[in-house]
Amino acid sequence: MTTNIILAGVGGQGILTIAATLDTAALNNGMFFKQSEVHGMSQRGGAVQSHVRIADGAIYSDLIPKGQADMILGMEPMETLRYLPYLKKEGWLITDTKPYLNIDNYPNEKKIFDIIESRSNHLILDATKIAKQVGNIRAANLVLLGAASHLIPLKERALIAAIKTLFKAKGDRIIALNLDAFEAGKQYALEHVDFSLS
Amino acid sequence: MRNIVLGDEAVAQGALDAGISGVYAYPGTPSTEITEYIIRKKKNESLNIHAAWSTNEKTALEAALGMSYAGKRAMAVMKHVGLNVAMDAFMNMAISGINGGLVVVVADDPSMHSSQNEQDSRYLADFAKIPIIEPSNQQEAYDGIRHAFKISEKHKLPVLLRLVTRLAHSRSLVTFHKPNKQKKLKFPKDIKRFQLVPARAKPQFDLLVKKQTVIRECAEDSPFNKLVIGTDKSMGIIASGLAYNYLMENFQEGCPYSVLKISQYLLPRKQIKYLFDNSDRILVLEDGYPFIEEKLADFFREDSKVIGRLSGHLNRTGELNPNIVAKALGIEQDFDEEAPKLVAGRPPKLCDGCGHLDTFNVLNEIKKDFGDKQIFGDIGCYALGALSPYHTISTLIDMGASITMAKGAAEAGVHPSIAMIGDSTFTHSGMTGLLDCINDKTPITIIINDNSTVGMTGGQESAALAKIKGICIGMGVDPEHLKVIKPLSKYHDENVVTIRKELNYKGVSVIIPQRACVRLPSEKKKEIRKILEAQSE
Repeated sequence: MTTNIILAGVGGQGILTIAATLDTAALNNGMFFKQSEVHGMSQRGGAVQSHVRIADGAIYSDLIPKGQADMILGMEPMETLRYLPYLKKEGWLITDTKPYLNIDNYPNEKKIFDIIESRSNHLILDATKIAKQVGNIRAANLVLLGAASHLIPLKERALIAAIKTLFKAKGDRIIALNLDAFEAGKQYALEHVDFSLS
Repeated sequence: MRNIVLGDEAVAQGALDAGISGVYAYPGTPSTEITEYIIRKKKNESLNIHAAWSTNEKTALEAALGMSYAGKRAMAVMKHVGLNVAMDAFMNMAISGINGGLVVVVADDPSMHSSQNEQDSRYLADFAKIPIIEPSNQQEAYDGIRHAFKISEKHKLPVLLRLVTRLAHSRSLVTFHKPNKQKKLKFPKDIKRFQLVPARAKPQFDLLVKKQTVIRECAEDSPFNKLVIGTDKSMGIIASGLAYNYLMENFQEGCPYSVLKISQYLLPRKQIKYLFDNSDRILVLEDGYPFIEEKLADFFREDSKVIGRLSGHLNRTGELNPNIVAKALGIEQDFDEEAPKLVAGRPPKLCDGCGHLDTFNVLNEIKKDFGDKQIFGDIGCYALGALSPYHTISTLIDMGASITMAKGAAEAGVHPSIAMIGDSTFTHSGMTGLLDCINDKTPITIIINDNSTVGMTGGQESAALAKIKGICIGMGVDPEHLKVIKPLSKYHDENVVTIRKELNYKGVSVIIPQRACVRLPSEKKKEIRKILEAQSE
């Protein structure tokens, strides 16, 4: 059984932190994973994505085949749609509401959300606002991870341990803020969608 | 114990555990993280090895050969186009052979994610007549480089380890094994083979040709090549490197066809012969150029049993993926090919506050006088100057070509002829071009963007740090026509005047816009400022 997750965003939005959390948690859980990422020029404010595959056995491809992602987790709504061909018909779209405006031809926002809402399984949340409420505006990525955690085949314990490991060097206060952001995202999702239907 | 590592890092740890005494490299996506990992380890664990950036790939490879000559294991690391720069050394060390194990790690970039071409390094290893290891996953990258050092010493030849972007930049779990000790200093028994005068080179080349049989047999017996016999004889499949994963992704429960996985070359003739004799058709899957397919296909395609990229069953260019392979296998798939139409492109941009932006603004104002076709660009973040919204540079070919192309254009009668190059690119491959300009008194204006780091690959140490002025003057640039300017918007008008004035000079002018890369940590910027201040005193 393989779970395929595409992380989508713009260079600098914290995709690699989410990816590293999932990798570390998968290791802690005794699972296998492959996780591809983008380095180089695109990291300069360009579109970036990471393919994360978690399984209980060996995984072949580093890339998720089109039509086989269980979830796209987007830091940014248009970037979430960029990878739509990868999503299974019943796959989940989970995205932050906030557009990242560094291009002149950014599309009409309403049209973006219309497409997202047309999918049977979606969750749109203002992760930046929730992150701000818990006191760390930079932790929007952890809010999103928390919201998505219901669909990730890893124990919550392992995810929390991974967050602690990854932020260890930044001290207890930053760890606590990130854990709060994770928890807030998780709660928000519980209150707004019913994952058991998927 | 399983460790989380990038493909690049698996190679790095594998090389350390193979007992290398040194890594020599020039940064280039997607190979950079290999050397970064070893530099970091050396610093954190006080390892007794050489780990530092070289000025270019040729100096790197030659230094690695020197270390090998002295009996120790050495690794040279570069991206695919870097191997072109190192090619002279690469070809000739195959003739001389090596002493301590020497592995050249080259990361190819099919689909050109971060490169100007997608050349396949397997052709260059084939040209040099040396073995290739092409790992298909992170564990094989770790095990593969250790194996590469072994066969390098067995055949007394350099070995190419070929990576591609998708493996270099993908993380997974890797088990490390017991490390080897470093080798002791030990000269080659026969130093004549390192003296490539014709009389000594000729027998060495004959020897290299003769060795091919043994190298092929070594690949036929290699644990990195695997033939699994299938039940369906209508097709046999050859899959090399990452293509093997894309194949098996489509056959999770096992593949009905016979499959030959190739991760070590020369091509294993024995196994390929079996496939030919026992399959109606042969599908070749490889990430890169159709290297294997070309070797196996019938030239006239009159009796072509072999299909792949050349026959049109797969895309001729660009990387493979599981969907492309599924299509070639005739497996039905259900997905939308394209993202929704409204999704706009989001290309990379220069960072806010980047000094290159200020230089672009100055040049864009100046070029209103003469048009869009006379600023010759180079490789680095400022290559973005070719794109919207900047449209500053008119050409971009290879490392160092800005200066030499501007030179040729000037000599054809183009005036003004302007070159724009970065500090690290200048020391990598621009200095020799500058010397040509000075010797020929070419009327040219060379702009050396000095951000005091290798910016595009993530801020590695620049070989040019605090040396550009000295190099230019030492080579013979008239100090009157060497100007250091500050690329900041508040000096815009002043900088326009300075450059305009130099455009009128009928000789070599060098302008150095100098400001540290905005992405460097502030302590690093302070350190650079101090070094530069001490130099100007």
